[in-house]
Amino acid sequence: MNLTLKIWRQKDASAKGQMVDYKVNDISEHMSFLEMMDVLNEQLVNAGEEPVAFDHDCREGICGMCSLYINGEAHGPDRGITTCQLHMRMFKDGDTITIEPWRAAAFPVIKDLVVDRMAFERIQQAGGYISVNTSGNTQDANSLPISKHAADEAMDAATCIGCGACVATCKNSSAMLFVGAKVSQYALLPQGQVEAADRVKNMVAQMDLEGFGNCTNTGACEVECPKGISLDNIARMNRELMKAAIK
Amino acid sequence: MSGFFKSSIGRKVAMALSAFFLMFFLIIHLAVNITSLFSADLFNELSHFMGTNPLVQFGLQPVLIFGVVFHFVMGFILELKNRKAIGVKYAQNNGAANSSWVSRNMIYSGLVILAFIVLHFIDFWIPELNTKYVLGDMSGMHGADYRYFHELVEKFENPLRVGAYVVSFVLLGLHLAHGFTSAFQSMGVTAGRKKTLQQIGKAYSIIIPALFIVIALYHHLNPHH
Repeated sequence: MNLTLKIWRQKDASAKGQMVDYKVNDISEHMSFLEMMDVLNEQLVNAGEEPVAFDHDCREGICGMCSLYINGEAHGPDRGITTCQLHMRMFKDGDTITIEPWRAAAFPVIKDLVVDRMAFERIQQAGGYISVNTSGNTQDANSLPISKHAADEAMDAATCIGCGACVATCKNSSAMLFVGAKVSQYALLPQGQVEAADRVKNMVAQMDLEGFGNCTNTGACEVECPKGISLDNIARMNRELMKAAIK
Repeated sequence: MSGFFKSSIGRKVAMALSAFFLMFFLIIHLAVNITSLFSADLFNELSHFMGTNPLVQFGLQPVLIFGVVFHFVMGFILELKNRKAIGVKYAQNNGAANSSWVSRNMIYSGLVILAFIVLHFIDFWIPELNTKYVLGDMSGMHGADYRYFHELVEKFENPLRVGAYVVSFVLLGLHLAHGFTSAFQSMGVTAGRKKTLQQIGKAYSIIIPALFIVIALYHHLNPHH
């Protein structure tokens, strides 16, 4: 298929970017979206032009590196997938596809379609951990009984890959689905109880400090999340913070 | 605790608490107004009680005013903060793919409701305060009868006012269609109760505004009963 691409080009963080049109021809419907981007970049390199910078790593839908806002949706029009798992059969010959970086004040553009998502790392560092003695006498995790229900819910929360689609898609650029998932995966388990109050307070404080917006419960994040992280995790984070506040 | 209400989640909780209060007030207000459909006397009695009881006037009324003002001021503050958090806007954004129109436009439905409240204050509240506390007429009488029912019917004679009233309450219904469940979500409702609350929210957001509209239309269409 032959496509027209409208892509955000921005030389560096301080440059003023703009949308630029490109044409790519003979794209197979079996290609992934990123493979289509590779074809475009090969074309640009052969023509002596600067290739389009975009994030990617595993290309198996698990690392959380790829991003891209495609035709107005995070990770494109398909559901439950990252951009690397988006296939060109979702598009038609002759389509025009708009490709933009994640937009949020807390995710500044580094170059073209690459944004700085270190804010997520700093939120994790503020409390997304448990203290375990790892100096040779580590406890067997199975020595603590955990209900099947709690284990399942914690696992569901822990599937968050931190790609940032929730922030990108939110009309308020809120990071609450991400932080809710990270708070929940520990809040549901006995190992997470020791630092529970400090964790939620510190992670929420860091989230606010990074300049993410306030959640208005539109639920867009849950729909666009490649891992199907539920809004229930945001409600749990709210409960955890209320509990921590009255402690 | 003061740190809590300065956090993004604390503000959400404060927004939800004021919403709960306003949604409760709406039921009380409707309960009084609806009596006007079947008993002018009962409506007069209740209106006189609400308008002159010191506990209602000097206890509950200031709380109500605070609740209304807090809810919209906080709404504006959050909207401005959120706009700042977005930074550069998308060239193409397909919000309809993942969220409802009402959930994305609470600020606009809210602004219409605010405009209605301003109208309601000019129309009802300021003249009430003038009659009772400036002119000092606490009797609630107009000639030999209570004035309340008579004033209500008179207000709904003007089709422009009735039109504005209907539009405002449709927008209130849309505001509540998202706001009801959103408030519970902000308060951290557990997954198990979500479905029930969604159903109650749907019923509440349709029935309450619809009854207010019915009252307005009934009096507009029956001006001399």
